Order: sequence, then C-alpha cells, then structure tokens
Amino acid sequence: MTVIVTPKAGPAKQVVKDDSMLKQKEMMAAHYERLTNAPETGEKVASTFVPGNLNELIKCFDLLNNLPEVNAIQSGLRRQSGSYVLEAEKIGHSEDVCTYVKSDIGMMAKGNIGPNGKRLPDPDVLLLSYTGCFTFMKWFELLREQYKCETIMLHTPYMGDGKITKNMIEYMVKQLKEEVIPKLERISGVKFDIDRLREYLKKSAVAEDDLVRVLQSAKSKPSPIDAYFGGIYYIGPIFGAFRGTDDAIDYYKFLRAEVEERLANGQGPVTPDGDMGQEKYRLVVEGPPNYTNFRQFWKMFYDEGAVVVASSYTKVGGVYDFGFRHDPDKPLETLAEYCLGVYTNRSLPMRVDMLSNYIDEYAADGLLINSIKSCNSFSAGQLLIMREVEKRTGKPAAFIESDLVDPRYFSAANIKNRLESYFQMIEQRRAGARAAA
Amino acid sequence: MATSLNGSSAASIVARAQGLFDDLSFTAARAWKAAEPGRKVIGYMPIYVPREIIHAAGMLPLGILGGGDQLEVIHGDAYYQSYICRIPRSTIELGVSGRLDFVDGMLFPSICDVIRNLSGMWKMMFPNVYVRYFDVPQNYKDGIGGNYYVSELSELVEALGTLRGKPISDDELRHSIAVYNENRRLVRELYSFRAQRPWQAPAAEVYLVLRAGLVLPVEEHSALVRDYLAAAEREERPRRDNCRVVLTGVFCEQPPLNLIKSLELSGCYVVDDDLLLVTRWLTADVPTSGNPLQELASAFLHHSESTAAKYEPDLKEKGQHLVRAVRRSGAEGVIFACPSFCDPALLERPMLQHVLKDADIPYIAFKYAENSGQMQPIREQAGTFADSIKLWSGA
Ligand code: SF4
Ligand code: SF4
Repeated sequence: MTVIVTPKAGPAKQVVKDDSMLKQKEMMAAHYERLTNAPETGEKVASTFVPGNLNELIKCFDLLNNLPEVNAIQSGLRRQSGSYVLEAEKIGHSEDVCTYVKSDIGMMAKGNIGPNGKRLPDPDVLLLSYTGCFTFMKWFELLREQYKCETIMLHTPYMGDGKITKNMIEYMVKQLKEEVIPKLERISGVKFDIDRLREYLKKSAVAEDDLVRVLQSAKSKPSPIDAYFGGIYYIGPIFGAFRGTDDAIDYYKFLRAEVEERLANGQGPVTPDGDMGQEKYRLVVEGPPNYTNFRQFWKMFYDEGAVVVASSYTKVGGVYDFGFRHDPDKPLETLAEYCLGVYTNRSLPMRVDMLSNYIDEYAADGLLINSIKSCNSFSAGQLLIMREVEKRTGKPAAFIESDLVDPRYFSAANIKNRLESYFQMIEQRRAGARAAA
Repeated sequence: MATSLNGSSAASIVARAQGLFDDLSFTAARAWKAAEPGRKVIGYMPIYVPREIIHAAGMLPLGILGGGDQLEVIHGDAYYQSYICRIPRSTIELGVSGRLDFVDGMLFPSICDVIRNLSGMWKMMFPNVYVRYFDVPQNYKDGIGGNYYVSELSELVEALGTLRGKPISDDELRHSIAVYNENRRLVRELYSFRAQRPWQAPAAEVYLVLRAGLVLPVEEHSALVRDYLAAAEREERPRRDNCRVVLTGVFCEQPPLNLIKSLELSGCYVVDDDLLLVTRWLTADVPTSGNPLQELASAFLHHSESTAAKYEPDLKEKGQHLVRAVRRSGAEGVIFACPSFCDPALLERPMLQHVLKDADIPYIAFKYAENSGQMQPIREQAGTFADSIKLWSGA
C-alpha cells in the first residue's frame, strides 16, 4: 500500500508557489538521484515497505530507503504500470494477484528504470517489515529470488483483538535486537548507535505533530485540504524515506503554515485546476486510490464540490491522529508500537470505529469506499464495514471499485455514475432531514 | 501397518466419511455437543491451529472449510467483492444461515488477509461467540518466535479454560498431545501407504477419511483411519496405468471432490498433497513430558510443514519441501491447483515452479473454486500431463 507522489503529477499552478510543494519536489528528486547513483557512490540500499517502514533505523546504518510500493505508484502515475503488470503476467504471475507486486516485477524485467529515467539499484538488503499485509512476504520472497540478497524478516503481529499486548511488543523488540539490528550492522558495516536512533525519532515526532495538525484542519468548514487526494501528497515524506530527517521537519512546517493560512482565509483545498469551488459534500474515504487515472478520479470529486475530510489510506504508513508519536525515550518499543498501529494492521472492528468516528468528528456526509481489486488486506470485509458504518452513523455510504496500478480496472463511466448517484443520495437525505426539522 | 481390524469394508468407511462430508448442518458435531451438558465446540479454519488445546479443554475442534459445491450461497455474496476467493463467502453463509449456531468459538489462523479480516467480521456478526485471530510466529528462533508463540498459546489456554469454567491443566494438555500424536502417526501412515500403493487408497477416499477428522472427535477419527488402512490393505483394488503426482496449492479453499476424482480418472494418482494440512502439520511426535506449551511451540518452529503462509528464511530451502515430497512419494510430476484469487497460493506458485524446473520435475497448473462444476478442461489437462509423463519415462 502506498503513497508518495511527485508533485510533478499533482496540483498545477499553486504548486509552483507553495513552499511545501517545492520542498517535496526537491526532496523526492534528490532521493531518486541518490538511489540511482548508489552504484557509483557506494551507498547501500535497503528495500522495505511503507506500512512498518523503519526509516529511522535504516538511517542509523547509513542505508538508503527504497520503497517498491512507491515505485509502483510512480509507474502508475506515469502510466507505465499497465505494461509492467502485463510483463509480469507474461512471465508467469497470475492475473488474480496484487498488481503492486506485478508492477514491481514487470518493472524489474524491463530494466528497473526509476522515475528519473535512470536505473534503480539492486537492493543490498530486503527489510521485510511484515506489517498489515500477507502479500508483503511473498513479494519479498519473489524479490529475494531475483536479487539473491539478504532478507530480514520483522514480523508484526496483527491486532486481532484490537489491542497491543506486552507479548507483541516484546516479540518485536527481540526481533529488532537479535535479528534486525545485528544483520543490518553486518550488511552496512556500521555499528548501531541507539542515541543516533533517538535523535532521528525526536525529529520524527516533530514532523508527526505538524502532519496531524494538517490532517485535522479538515474538521473546519470549509476544509482547507482534501485529506485523500491532497492527503496523498502530504503523507509522502513521512511515509517514505524522510521520516526522522530535517527535510521532513521543514516540509511539514511549511505545509502547516500554508494550511493554516488557508484556514484563516476560509479557503478550500487546492486542486490540480486551482482552488476548489464551494464545498458541497464532505466525505470520509476508505481504501487506496487509483493511480493510473489519478487526476481524472480526483476531478470527479472536486467538479461536484466534494471534498474528502478524512481517509484511511493516509494512515497506512502510520496512525498519528490518536496521539501516537515516535518516542525517543523508548526507541525500540516505539518502533514496534508504530508498526503494530498502522491502519492495515488494525482489526475490522477497529477500522469501523475509526471510520465512524471520522464521520462524526469531521462532520462528514458519509463514507465512500474505493475497493481495490489488488488488495485483500484492505478490501476483504469492506462491504460489512460499509454497512456497519452506515448503521452506526446514520449517514449514507457508497462503494466503488478500481485498482491501484492496473488500468484495466478503472472504469471512469461506472465510477462517475456511482458518485453522481451518491451525491444525489446525500442531497435527498439532507432534504429529508430539513423536512423533518 | 495398523492392527485394529473391525472388518469394515473400505466402502462402508468411506460412505460414513462421505456422509459427514455432505452434511452441511454438522449433525455429528451437534450430536456430540448435545450428548452431555456443558460440552462446547470450537470451529477453526485453515491452515493450522493446535487442536490439542481445544481437546484438552474437553471441547470438540471442528474444522470449517467453507461450503463446497453443494451449498447454495445466498447471503455470502453480499459480503464479498467478485475478486475475492469463495471460502470466506460460503463460510459466512454457513454462519448467517444458522448452520454454525451450535459453535461456541471460532479460531481464524494466520494464513492470509482474507481469513484475517474474516476474524473481525465474525466478531461483529456473531458477538456472542468467542472469536480469536490465531497468530503464529514468522520467526523460528526459540527465544524469539518461540517465546511469543508460547504466550499466544497461553492466552488461548486461558481463554478456553474460562469458557469451560475451569482452567486447563498441564496434564490435560499432555494427554491431548499424546492423543493427537497418535492421530498424526496414523495420518502419516495413511499417506505413506497411499504413496506406495495409490490404487489401494484412491485420493478421493483418502481425502474423505482425512476430512472426517475435522468433524469427529480425534479418538474416533484415529479408529476410522486405522480401520480404513486395514481395509485398504486387505481389499485388492484394480491398478491403473496412472502416473504419480503431487497435488499442491489446495491448502485452504477446498477443491471440489469431483476435481480430486477427475485427476485420478484422467490418469494421475495423487501420491502426496497439501490438503487439510492441520491433520499432519506437526511432522514429528510432540514430547509428552516437559512443559506442554513449550513442546507445542518447539514442534511448530522446528518440525512443521512448509506452506505459502509460512516465511522461509533460507533462500536455498525455498520450495525444497515440494521437491522432497516428490522424491519421498516417488511422484513423477506436480499439479498446481490454486483457488482463484488466492494470493498466497498464486504468488507462491512461480517460486515453486522455478525450484521444480531446476530439479527437472514436470508440472501443470490450473485454478479452481470450491464450487467449480465444469471438470472437463481439468480432465483434459491432467490427461495430457499423464500421457506426456508416461512418454518421458518410456523414452
Ligand atoms: S495486497 Fe494491498 S497492502 Fe498488500 S502489497 Fe498489495 S496493495 Fe499493498
Ligand atoms: S483461498 Fe487463499 S486467499 Fe482465500 S482465504 Fe484461503 S488462503 Fe486466503
């Protein structure tokens, strides 16, 4: 599951003048340059996943963080994922399985060219942070087969009972101490320094505070942000290779200032076509977006005056809005807690609670589920989630289907129809409520 | 060879197993529960749960494997998108249609995101049932994964103790371990018997006999396996000129019985498979002395089956279990049968195929659903495979 988008594909005019956008663009470009230059500079590369991304730890070993999910997203946005998926199917992968994996494997088969047009490096280590998705395990086993490099498993137990137990934390800390850290030391040749980790964690928490302020600004009416389509840009640095860096602190500081300014001015979100018009509908969205037709998809919302005020997808790389912050005083425990808490590692009842609360707290008109064909982790059970949230909140819900990076599963006409009926349904409910009042 | 003969014919034993298989209301399990007040039934899904713990609590472990091809799914489809496999929707159907209304608890093992999420759905849909997502370690060191697993097992022991109103003792656990050791020994014996003389123990029969063990109390099942082995040994059955295959990928959603039959009819004797792995997950006896939970954990870490839901830490070992199964059972090829939309089985498949290629073992692959009706394409594919194997071995 993932998240980083280069601003190139995003908001147009405003982008240029927003410090945060400029900053993110620079950060991403520099990161991809570092990655693609790694064979020359000798920097070592760790591939890992967004949920359960241990960026602070990776940085302690001077490793560069490469996220295959992010690469798949980039391929989706650049409309190359379709051919990568087909390539993977040609070499024996089933049409039924997650397209992130196939996009990645197809990209490898076709030369592994990154978004900057240069070849991405082979990883020195696959850090299999096994968090919130079973497919991750198969994905990195498949990559290990190709790269024949060391693979480190960090198993995050699932929050089946809706709580984090002492046993879970101990298990994860032990894995970190006795498996992950010694192996990373060996591979990188860098000795682990827990104080260095603390420093990074401190920085993470600063950025996390600002991110939460940004996301929660959507409680205002009108919302100054779109917490799904826009939110995907906002989570980019923190879910990716920048958590624990000064760059991330600066980015979120700029972003927060910009959002607060919009808030003070009573402005709505920025869209690729400029400022959004009047806010007509406030939605909570569950599930990842489609990336192959990202702007077209977003446009279907802002054209109708629909703004997403909260989303679950912006929590896949960490749930911060209930108070969790990376804590330098318990550096390994905090990494464990972080992994355990990511959205896809939460039980279905927890997800229902979260979404229902979002609807109340963000004064939303209802829940929209974008169900992703690829993703059993998100999708299995969403129809029940929808009915439960509807029942609890009394607000209407709707269900659309697409895929992350497989263009074959994006049907614009169907989605548009569904959305239009949904907006009508919201209008009817409002009319009903007015009549009853 | 098993000694306990009661003279039952293989046909009558299989008929009993077939009756249990066909019964989507779980009459036998209901009758077991009704026979004594206070009895409880704990359902579990694939791929593995330590049934010893349920047994030690005096409860009946009941394997829930979806609805097969006979259950009409009326409500279940409303819970799942078209691109999700069948087993969760037919399992929901069993639940909402009241067929599982006598089940006091459900365990959802760590196998994939679909069953993982089903655990949460069950909690919401059946709030009066004890529901547990049963997590297992993916780290195989005693001091790390082992400790974690022992704690997980203790939680289960405690919860089931609470459910019956009396804690489960170590001696009860040791006794149950011994009972399941025996059952696993018999199942292994059945598998090695079939590998030697597959015509005497057809795959569909072995499947039904094994499957009966997911419904019957383990002691009864052990007797059934023993009787079947005796009958299979005794009765001469016609031998076909079939090739020998290992069937793999069938570890969760069940292939229709007809599919298993079709393979043999089209020329492939199944000499090993990954069906109903819970019946032989632990590959060696679990010691009955010492701390029972430690022993169960150690068996899980060091002596258990390999499958897609388990991480293989060693690249060189990846897929070797399948090569070993082929060698051990004298198979000449492998049939990959995977449920449609099953990420674990389908993502694992190419890796296993690469290993087979390196070991020069031929294979074919197809997908199925538990309610697949049309067997003709599978028959043709399996028939052609059998012919080509015979051709190679004759060459
Ligand atoms: S199944 Fe979902 S969470 Fe897992 S890799 Fe695929 S898209 Fe990401
Ligand atoms: S058939 Fe596969 S995807 Fe479906 S529940 Fe079983 S393991 Fe999961």
